[in-house]
Amino acid sequence: MKARSTNYIIFEFLSRSANEGFARGAVACFAAQLDPTLEELGDIKTAVSEAVTNAIVHAYPDTLGRIFIKARVLEDNILEIVVQDWGKGIPDVEQARQPLYTTGGEERSGMGFTIMESFMDRLYVRSVPGKGTKVTMRRRIKPRRTGL
Amino acid sequence: MEMTYRSEDRYLTIQLSGELDHHAAKNLMDSIDRLLEQTLPVKTFLDLGELSFMDSSGIAVVLRAKRRMEALSGNLVVINIPRQAARVLETAGLGRYVDLL
Repeated sequence: MKARSTNYIIFEFLSRSANEGFARGAVACFAAQLDPTLEELGDIKTAVSEAVTNAIVHAYPDTLGRIFIKARVLEDNILEIVVQDWGKGIPDVEQARQPLYTTGGEERSGMGFTIMESFMDRLYVRSVPGKGTKVTMRRRIKPRRTGL
Repeated sequence: MEMTYRSEDRYLTIQLSGELDHHAAKNLMDSIDRLLEQTLPVKTFLDLGELSFMDSSGIAVVLRAKRRMEALSGNLVVINIPRQAARVLETAGLGRYVDLL
């Protein structure tokens, strides 16, 4: 995915659930420069929260590991977010993307990928068992005419 | 994430405020379980009005509370759903299983 970017942030954190709020908040702050509506911002925060939670719950179920996030502004007001881990990987990505499919038990709903897909314009998932998972999401923020 | 409640004549209202994510969900589920066991409500209102954020962890919380209420032969109604949380619940098609007001 070659695309020219005009701005980006990179950050990395330990797969502790306490960091979920920080991760979605940081991406939302970065996204603010695209002047999103509250609804667009909510969608972005939700999608990031789902991707990060997946990494915490599924990539590193019995251990703590690194989670890396890169957010970029691309041409045409597009926000791209990459959430990457070096954990267990997903044996069958197609299956994992099915609504309600979960290996997380009663505490999870199995809707993470479905929400990422519905709330973002594009979702790419690359996963290698034993190596990790990289989730790339894109959302175009509709340009708004602001205060003249 | 904070939970407050009031119980009257076995009608229970649980109010959630703050951010409901995976980090908050585990403790919240345990708290709701305990509360339902203590108060044995015939009807529970889960008030999401003060939630500033909710992801799919909230779906699991709602479904679990619904199952617990069914086990008590009662029912669960989710009320005052903010727009962002509503989008999450709608995407999951939760309206087919739970009363959303």
